[in-house]
Amino acid sequence: MKVGLSWLREHVELPADLTEADLDLALNDLGIEVEEIADQRHSVQGALVVGKVLTVEELTEFKKPIRFCTVDVGQANGTGAPQEIVCGARNFVEGDRVVVILPGGVLPGGFAIGARKTYGRNSHGMICSAAELGLSGDHDGIIVLPESVTAQPGDDARPVVGLDDIEVHVTVTPDRGYQMSVRGLARELGHSFKARFTDPGLAPAPGGTAAPAWPVTIQDTQGCDRFAARLVRGIDPTAPTPDWMAKRLLTAGVRTLGLAIDITNYVMLELGQPMHAFDADRITGGLVVRRATEGEKLTTLDGQARVLSAEDMVICDDTGPISLAAVMGGQTSEVVDGTTNVLFEAAHWDPTMVGRTARRHKLFSEAAKRWERGVDRQLCLVAIERAVQLLVEHGGGTAGAEILDLNHPGDPTMISMAATEPSRLIGVDYSVDRIGDLLTEVGCDVAVYDDRVDVITPSWRPDLRQPADLVEEVVRLDGFENVPSVLPVAPPGNGLTASQRRKRSVGRALAEQGYVEVLSFPFVSAGALAALGLPTDAVRLANPLSDEEPLMRTSLLPPLLTALKRNVGRGQRDVALFEQGLVFLPDLSAGVPPVMGVAGRPDPALWEKANASVPAQPWHVAVVLAGEFERSGWWGPGRAASWSDAVQAAREVLSAAAVPDASISVAAVQQSPWHPGRCAAISVDGVVVGHAGELHPAVCTALDLPKRTCAMELNLDAVPLPGPTPPPVFSTFPPALIDVALVLASEVPAAQVEAALTEGAGPLLESVRLFDVYTSEQLGAGQRSLAYKLTFRAPDRTLTVEEAVAARDAAVAVTAQRFGAVLRGA
Amino acid sequence: MTYRHDPYDPKQAAMLDPAALDDAVAAADKAFADANDLDALAVQKAAHLGDRSAVSLARREIGALPPAAKSEAGKRVNEARTAIQAAYDARHVILEAEQAQRVLETEAVDVTLPWDRRPRGARHPLTTLMERVGDLFIGMGYEIAEGPEVELEWANFDALNISPDHPARGLMDTFWVKAAESATGATESGLVLRTHTSPVQARTMLTHQPPIYVVVPGRVYRTDELDATHAPVFHQVEGLVVDKGITMAHLKGTLDHFARAMFGPDARTRWRPHYFPFTEPSAEFDVWFAEHRDGPRWVEWGGCGMVNPNVLRACGIDPEVYSGFAFGMGIERTLMFRNGLSDMREMIEGDVRFTRAFGMEVH
Repeated sequence: MKVGLSWLREHVELPADLTEADLDLALNDLGIEVEEIADQRHSVQGALVVGKVLTVEELTEFKKPIRFCTVDVGQANGTGAPQEIVCGARNFVEGDRVVVILPGGVLPGGFAIGARKTYGRNSHGMICSAAELGLSGDHDGIIVLPESVTAQPGDDARPVVGLDDIEVHVTVTPDRGYQMSVRGLARELGHSFKARFTDPGLAPAPGGTAAPAWPVTIQDTQGCDRFAARLVRGIDPTAPTPDWMAKRLLTAGVRTLGLAIDITNYVMLELGQPMHAFDADRITGGLVVRRATEGEKLTTLDGQARVLSAEDMVICDDTGPISLAAVMGGQTSEVVDGTTNVLFEAAHWDPTMVGRTARRHKLFSEAAKRWERGVDRQLCLVAIERAVQLLVEHGGGTAGAEILDLNHPGDPTMISMAATEPSRLIGVDYSVDRIGDLLTEVGCDVAVYDDRVDVITPSWRPDLRQPADLVEEVVRLDGFENVPSVLPVAPPGNGLTASQRRKRSVGRALAEQGYVEVLSFPFVSAGALAALGLPTDAVRLANPLSDEEPLMRTSLLPPLLTALKRNVGRGQRDVALFEQGLVFLPDLSAGVPPVMGVAGRPDPALWEKANASVPAQPWHVAVVLAGEFERSGWWGPGRAASWSDAVQAAREVLSAAAVPDASISVAAVQQSPWHPGRCAAISVDGVVVGHAGELHPAVCTALDLPKRTCAMELNLDAVPLPGPTPPPVFSTFPPALIDVALVLASEVPAAQVEAALTEGAGPLLESVRLFDVYTSEQLGAGQRSLAYKLTFRAPDRTLTVEEAVAARDAAVAVTAQRFGAVLRGA
Repeated sequence: MTYRHDPYDPKQAAMLDPAALDDAVAAADKAFADANDLDALAVQKAAHLGDRSAVSLARREIGALPPAAKSEAGKRVNEARTAIQAAYDARHVILEAEQAQRVLETEAVDVTLPWDRRPRGARHPLTTLMERVGDLFIGMGYEIAEGPEVELEWANFDALNISPDHPARGLMDTFWVKAAESATGATESGLVLRTHTSPVQARTMLTHQPPIYVVVPGRVYRTDELDATHAPVFHQVEGLVVDKGITMAHLKGTLDHFARAMFGPDARTRWRPHYFPFTEPSAEFDVWFAEHRDGPRWVEWGGCGMVNPNVLRACGIDPEVYSGFAFGMGIERTLMFRNGLSDMREMIEGDVRFTRAFGMEVH
C-alpha cells in the first residue's frame, strides 16, 4: 500500500513536525513493514520555480528542433532578469507558465543542473518535464501549468506540481486487512502519536430505503452476507477525474480509468471497501447474486474469458454472469466512455470464497487482496454514500433516492478474557484497567471486571477471535520494549542423541581425511539419474523450479558429481568432496495421507497412517574424488585417487560411526554407477549399507567427469548404532611374528583369504595384515602371491616357536583346502 | 712422541723423574690439543694413556725402586696419569660436541619447502554454524529435534494454524509433491517440501509431553529463484519451548542470550510486531551487531512469538495449562551478516575454495 502522508493527515492529527524517521519507527513498532518513505519535497534539490516564457527563438541548424527561450523567473535568480534556457521540447508557447530548475539544482537520480553552453547558446537551467521531476511519465514534453494555477514566476513550483507530500509505502501482514486503507493506517498512527483520529468509516450515511435502488436477490447469503447499491443518473460522461484524486491514485499505483471507476478505487483506498460501478443501462433486468454453475463463462474486465467453478460467486443479470463477485467485474456491464447512469455496488463477501476464487483464477486484484484479509462489513453504506457524493460533485448527475441494503448480519464476536491472561503470556503485570484502555483504543467495546474483560471486537477486526489475539494488541500497543528479558531454566537435557553425534563424527572424519563438505540442492533430472544407471522412480515435484529437475534425489551422487564438475571447471584438478543429507525414496504403494483435523491431537492410528504415506528419507553420506588424492611434489610422485580411497572413505565413515572392524565386510559386486570390476559392497554385520569404488568409464564420459572419478555412498541410517564399547583385551606377553606368502588364483578375493587365515589360525592369532601382492611370470598366469604378516600371542604365556608354527600351519591349511593356496618358498 | 716406539727397558727408571713426568703431561696436553677429531684423539690416547705410554712405563718402574721411594714415585705417576686422563676427557667432550654439531649440520634441510601432499578437507560453515547453535542450546538443557524434509501438508500447515484457505499458504511459496499416479485417482499428494522447520514443532508436541525445550536446525524449501540473497533450498534453526508459566519475557531472554552467543557481548534484540499463523502474539526481531562489516547496526534476524493456542490444541496440549514460545531464523542469513558474506550462491555451489576458508569450525 502506497499513500501520501497528506491523505493520512486528513484523518489523524499527526504532529506538524513529524520526521520521516519518526514515521518509520512508529510504523515499525506497529508491525507495519515500511518499504520506503520518500519525501517528495527533497526529491528535487535547489531552486525549482514557476517561470513564464517570455520569448521563444527556434534554432533550426541542428538535427532536431531546439528552442532558445527567455523565461521570467521573478527574483529567483537573484537579478530579476530573464533567464536564458535552451529547451528541446516544443509543447509550449510564449506566455505559458512552466517549471524551471535553476543552476545548482539537482534532479532525481542525481542529475545536477549547471549553466552551460549547448547548441551554441548559453543555457542557465532547465525547463522540466514531469518525468524529469520523478512524477508520472504519462505526458510528452515539458509541464505547462494550467490557467487555474495561480502561482507567479519565481514561486516555489513544488506545491504546484505535487512535489509537496511524503509518500509512505508499506506492506501489511496478512491478518490485518484493515490496514490496507487510509482509514486503517491513520487509526494505527493515531495509536503511535496519541493523536486524534477521525474515523471516516463512521461518517454518517443514510440507511437502506424500502424501495430498492435496483432489484437484487441474494441466493447465497454464505458467500455474500451484505449487498448495498445506489444509482446516480445523468452524469456528464466527459467529466474528468479531479487532479487531487488522480494524483492520489497515481501515488497508490492505481491507473486512472475514468471518473466513476476512479471513485470506486479512491473509496477502496480511503475506507478499505472494494466497490464496483456498473453502467446501469448495460444491465438487463434484476441482479441475482449466486454461486456460479460449473463451467459457466464470463469475460472479466482484463479481457480474459474465464470458465467458472461452482465455488465462485457471481453477480448475474438476465443475460447471465456480469461480474466475478469480489474479484473483478465483467466487460458487458462495465462503465464505458459514454456511461451516464452509474449503479454503485458495495457488498460483503466471504473471505474464504474470495481467496479460493482469486487463487483459482490467479486474479489477485486489489479487491481480492482486501477481501481475503477481511473487510469491515459495516462499511457498505458509508462507502456508497462517499462514492455517490464524489460522483455527484465531480460528475454532475442526481443521486437516486432509493438505497438498497440487503443485510444478513451474523453475531458480533465476543471474547471473554481472564484479566491475568496478558500477564500469563507476556510476563508483564498489566492491570485490568490498562488492558481495558488498550483494547478500547483498538476499537473494542470493552466491559472491565475485576477478574476478566468482556470484549466485543470491532467490525474491522475479524482477525480478533481468541484471548491470545487480544493479548497481542495489549503488548503491541503497550510496547515490546516494556517486556523484560528473562532467561528460562530448562530441565536437565540429555545432550545429542547417538545418531546426532554420529553425523558430526562422520563429517569431521571425512574432513580430516581431506574431503571438503558440500551442501547441494537435492533436485535432480530423470536424465541425471539415468546417466548413473539409477532408477528414475523418484519423488516428483508438482511445481519444480526448473522443469529440467522435477525429481528429488534418491542418491547423493548426482548433485555431488555436479559440484565436482564445477570445481574441475574452475581449475581445481584434485577434488575430494563429501556430503551428508537426506535422500528421498518413493513408495508407489503408499496412499494419500488421511484427512486430519486440528481441533485436537490426531487419532494415533490416523497419525500413523499419515506418516506411512511420507516417503522414506534415510540419511546418506557420500564422497566423490578425482585427480590426485596425494599430490605429486618435490617429495616424489603423488597418488591418483583410486577405488581404494573410496573404499577407505567408507571405512573411515564406519570407524567414525564406531562400527568395529570385525563387523565390516567388503565384497566385489556389480552395481551402477560403478565400474563392474571396481565396485565394493560395504556391509555391516552382513547387511549391505553402501558401495564404493571407481565410477563406470561410460558414466564419466556421459557426465563429462574426469577419467577414473571415484565415489562412495553409504546409508548411515542402515548402520546400527553402537552399543557400549566392550573392554579391550590384550596380552602383555611377547608376540610371535610369522610372515607367509600364499600363491593362489588371482580371482580369490583377498578378503576371503584373510578370513580363511583368521579362521584356521585359531585364538592365538592376534592380527593378520596383508603387506604385499605380487604377480610374475614364474607364478604363472592367473596366479598371484599374497604375503601376510601373522602376529600370534597368548594371553597367559610366551608362545613357543612350535606353537606359533603350528598355528601358522593350521591357518595356511585352511587356505590350501579352500582355495588351493600354496605356501610360497615351501 | 719420541718414545712411542721405544721397547720396554727396565733401566729406564729415569721415567720416574719428576721432570720427565711433567714432560709427559705436557706432551700429552699438546698432543690432545692438536688432535682435531675423535679418530686422531683416539690415536693420541693410545700414545699417552696406553700400555706403552710414558706414564704406563713409569708405573712399571716403581717396582724397581727402593721401598722408601715407592710411595713418593707412585703418587707422582698417579698425578701425572690423572692429569693426562683429564686432559683427554676434556678434549673428548669438545671433539664429541663438534662431531655432533657436524652431523646436525649435514642433516639440515630447507624447512621452507612446501608440504601439501594431502590437501586439507573442510566442513561447510552452515553445518558447523548449525552445530554451534545446537551446542549452545544443548548447554541450556534443550534437545535437538529432527523431522522429514518431504513433509505432510498437515504438519507443515494445518497443525500450525495455517488452514487450506489461509492467505499465508499462498505466501509460503511452497513446493508441492506430485501425487503418484495411483488407483485412487487422488490429484493431491498431501505432501510438500517443508517450507519451514516448524512442522517439527508439531511432531515434537505429538510425541513428547511438556516440558518441551527443543531446537530444530534443518533444511527448508521455498520456490524462490536462486540469487545473491535468495535460495530455493536453505537452512533454518527453530526453537520451541512449551512449559507451565512460559512468557514472552522468557522468549526475549532466550533470544538475547542467543544473540550474545552469536554476535558478541554487546548484541541485543529489538522487536517489531508481526504476524505468523502459528504464534500469537508474534514479532520479528532485529539484532544489534557491532561487528557488521558496514559498521554497527540493527540487522533483521528472525521471527518469534508465543505458540498459538490453536497449535497447542491441534497437538493435544492444553493451552490453559501450558504456554510456549517459538522462534526461528535463517542460518544462511546469519552466516552472511555474521561473517560478512554477500552472495548466498557461494554457499551452495560447492566450490572448495569457499568451504576450505572456514576449516573445521566457523569462527
